[in-house]
Amino acid sequence: MRNNRMVLLAVLAAVAGASSAAETAADNYKTYCVQCHGSQGNGKGVNIRDMSVQPRDHTDAKAMSGRTDDELFKVIKEGGLSIDKSVLMPPWGDTLSDGEIRDMVQHLRGLCKCRYGS
Amino acid sequence: MSALMTRVLRHAAAIPVFAALSLAAWGADGGAILQQQCASCHNLTGPAPQTLQALWSRKGPDLFYAGNKYREAWLVSWLQQPKPIRPVGEFYGDHIKPGPKGDEVDAVTLKAHPALGQGEATAVAAALMKLKAHDDLIAREKIEAGALSKSMGEMVFDKFLGCMACHRIEPDYGGLSGPELYTAGERLQAQFIASYIRSPQAWDPKIWMPNKHVSDANIQKLVRYRELLSKENAHEK
Repeated sequence: MRNNRMVLLAVLAAVAGASSAAETAADNYKTYCVQCHGSQGNGKGVNIRDMSVQPRDHTDAKAMSGRTDDELFKVIKEGGLSIDKSVLMPPWGDTLSDGEIRDMVQHLRGLCKCRYGS
Repeated sequence: MSALMTRVLRHAAAIPVFAALSLAAWGADGGAILQQQCASCHNLTGPAPQTLQALWSRKGPDLFYAGNKYREAWLVSWLQQPKPIRPVGEFYGDHIKPGPKGDEVDAVTLKAHPALGQGEATAVAAALMKLKAHDDLIAREKIEAGALSKSMGEMVFDKFLGCMACHRIEPDYGGLSGPELYTAGERLQAQFIASYIRSPQAWDPKIWMPNKHVSDANIQKLVRYRELLSKENAHEK
């Protein structure tokens, strides 16, 4: 009886997990980042014309390799001010889960074809 | 025929004409129009999109909480002369294209909203005002009276919070992926905009507007700034 109950709980947990499944980093990028960082990831989004500070070019290996993965995680989750950068970069912590943000950091590493310090 | 009889007959003849005009103006069934003409692009029942796929397939704003969002007078007016509110449409990603200086609005992909006659617009607006999901969120917001200069409002909106990255404060100044701000005062109810700024995700979990954890004091300032801009915009028309 106890075992059956455990199995039922496991099934319910799996179903609950599936209903709030994480989105892929590419899909999240397309939805949340492209508006400023651009469809090409080069910082040339549709919003940028009147911005006082231009968005980061995610294909810029030199600039992107100057940031650790932890810094990228922090700036996505808490916004630009958290690493002394522009308020125009908003915090996405209420939109993306920590797991999705970690996936996004790796997505950015794919766009810049770079690692920290390389 | 006496003059009196002539006047009586003239008035009697006018009654059916007046009645017919009234029916045309007020007899439209707003709920039926919503179902027949609006439901293919607007969600009238909720919930808001729970996945990105659902978000991307949305063609127009969700209307299942329209009665807590819009001002009825604005709805009546806008439905008769609809103008774009989101410069890049919805979903914005479907209406941009790469250009020489970066992404541009792909204007040919944007479709005009159908216009309604006065009677239909009045009836549809009345039906929309009955769609009141999220009363609980609205009840949490208290709007305080207070003065605010336009320059301080712009300081909060732009410099302190960076909202101008996505929203226009003038017809040709500001970001494009969010709805224009300069008409929001006449368009939106104050408690709705306060609640939406407090947590866009409470209304629309997948929306591309972030929660910036705006303080209560700044929410009040943004509500007032929005009204200042709308009055200025209306004055300039």
